[in-house]
Amino acid sequence: MIAYIVRRVLIAIPTLLLISFIIFAVLSLAPGDPLSAFARNPAITPQTRELMRKQLGLDQPWPVRYVKWLAASAQGELGMSFAAKIPVNELIKQRLPQTLKVVGIAYLIAVLVAIPIGILSAVKQYSIFDQAATTLAFIGFSLPSFFTGVLFVLIFAIKLGWFPTIYDTSLQVRDWHSFTLQIRQMVLPVGVLAVQQSAALTRFMRSSMLDNLPLDYVRTARAKGLTERSVVMRHVVTNSLIPVITLIALGIPTIFAGAIITENIFRVNGLGSLLINSIETSDTPVVMALAFIFAVLTVSFNLIADILYGVVDPRVRYN
Amino acid sequence: MAQIDPALDVSPATESAAPVRRLIPGIASRPRTLWGDAWRRFHRHKLAMIGSAVLLLLIVIIAFGPLVYRVDKEDLDFTAVQSPDIVSRVIQTLTTGTTSDGLGITLAHPMGTDDLGRDIFARVLYGGRISLLVGFVAMAIAVGLGSLVGALAGFFGGIIDQILMRVTDLFLSLPVLPLLLVTIYLFRDQTTRALGPVLGIFMIVVVMIGALAWMSTARIVRASFMSLKEKEFVEAANALGVSRGSIMFKHILPNVLSPIIVAATLEIGNAIIAESTLSFLGVGFPPDTPTWGRLVTDYYQSLQVAPYMAIWPGMMIFLSVLSINFIGDGLRDALDPRSRL
Repeated sequence: MIAYIVRRVLIAIPTLLLISFIIFAVLSLAPGDPLSAFARNPAITPQTRELMRKQLGLDQPWPVRYVKWLAASAQGELGMSFAAKIPVNELIKQRLPQTLKVVGIAYLIAVLVAIPIGILSAVKQYSIFDQAATTLAFIGFSLPSFFTGVLFVLIFAIKLGWFPTIYDTSLQVRDWHSFTLQIRQMVLPVGVLAVQQSAALTRFMRSSMLDNLPLDYVRTARAKGLTERSVVMRHVVTNSLIPVITLIALGIPTIFAGAIITENIFRVNGLGSLLINSIETSDTPVVMALAFIFAVLTVSFNLIADILYGVVDPRVRYN
Repeated sequence: MAQIDPALDVSPATESAAPVRRLIPGIASRPRTLWGDAWRRFHRHKLAMIGSAVLLLLIVIIAFGPLVYRVDKEDLDFTAVQSPDIVSRVIQTLTTGTTSDGLGITLAHPMGTDDLGRDIFARVLYGGRISLLVGFVAMAIAVGLGSLVGALAGFFGGIIDQILMRVTDLFLSLPVLPLLLVTIYLFRDQTTRALGPVLGIFMIVVVMIGALAWMSTARIVRASFMSLKEKEFVEAANALGVSRGSIMFKHILPNVLSPIIVAATLEIGNAIIAESTLSFLGVGFPPDTPTWGRLVTDYYQSLQVAPYMAIWPGMMIFLSVLSINFIGDGLRDALDPRSRL
């Protein structure tokens, strides 16, 4: 087990190195000049621009810059933002809490909604409940999340006026009133992300339950005279959760990617909107850092999923 | 990789065994074929049949609609600026007795017009061609690439398999949406210059979506190839001196078609969503190329005053992807009854 984890971590490191190299190469080889914004500014002469280029290290060939970037990021320094003129770390530190709050709550809700629905769907297979849940799940993952957002805004914000259309990041929670405002403005972004995630999870939970229900151990449990409730809850559900736990871990990077879309709709001042803005302003260090963070998330949760799989399922052998 | 001990892994068929066929002795029926059986199973899947009908209808309308409905996407109708769509017209007439533009119920602009007086139906028809085409072409790239990688890895095994599977793992670890956004944003000017404004963006969008979506197909195909290459028919083909290329693509690949078709169907839906998301985020097609996702973004600003403008194109995305997902589910039941979502 330990050897397996160590080996997986050792594979993850070169994977991340390679991904960071690919992203860096893509960003460096792209046409377009990060300093092009200054080219339009008459107050900045071409000489000044060349000086800036030198100071930012942009006159060096990109493989050299990659090695420097790598050395710096290994020490936790992700560079300076061209646009905001502050360290990327600082920028991320400002934006991260917004994203984490929305994404974390959304995922928690998605899991808490999806698992019971999946269980019920499987236990009452082909019932009206199951068919309704199946249809809803299909609707859930056929709706692009930006369009779910548009529909939610139209129905709940514009028509019903229950929630604001825009997320106010400057809101400080001080008292009960501001707390309710904060909750209200989080409902829609959280809802959009939760709908999408729970749709897929419901289906996984259902199919995992359906895989387990006809197995011999279930018959044995029933033959022992256990109530149906305890057969399902104690035996089938725990076993069915094994593959689902892996999928829950694997879903975490996707929900962060989903945040790019919802933050754009609701103007949440988080990492996703930072990424879009930085791409549009050619703020390469920020784009690089964020893309790399997304890669780290994906690789680590793949790793966690694999390890979890072994922890919760003793049948898994490591070779 | 973590693997389940095969001796302990009991993977049962999730469905109860196929209902006992009506085997009436003495009646020689026509021989049943694999595809005939699949068609029968697909036919029984009601939602898949509905999905097929809806998708077919959408394709026909989008392909031939402009021949009948001769309004250009850029035509401006100053007599009807931001005039409501047919559904809003009916609702407004029923509730207030008249419509907001006073024209009552007409069929002139079935999906309404936008703030410049452009016909939304014409724009949706135009956008649909691009959005659906992106779906199909990106799928073809992803499935073609995935099948090739999977076939090579599964057939040759050994070091080739090792390398190709490491590459697959690497691609699975890439942050897809950020990478799509970055590459398309950075390289679209170049491809536009080389191939023209519509084709240039189209190619980069399709290639990037395809290049980041082939991995699941590769894994499915590889697994099938690994088991099939040990079968007698492959041995026979080998003994007859059939070339390796022929064995791979003429003998083994047709046996892997079922899972590939299922994966391909679902991939079309994913690609349509990916393209519309990119366009929505402002990184796909430019404003003068109104794909469905682009239309939703452009009209989102007017959601308060004229919600139908963003809803119609969004509904088209939803409807086509939903139909495709139902078809995919039906195909999975029909072609690949053991695996299901």
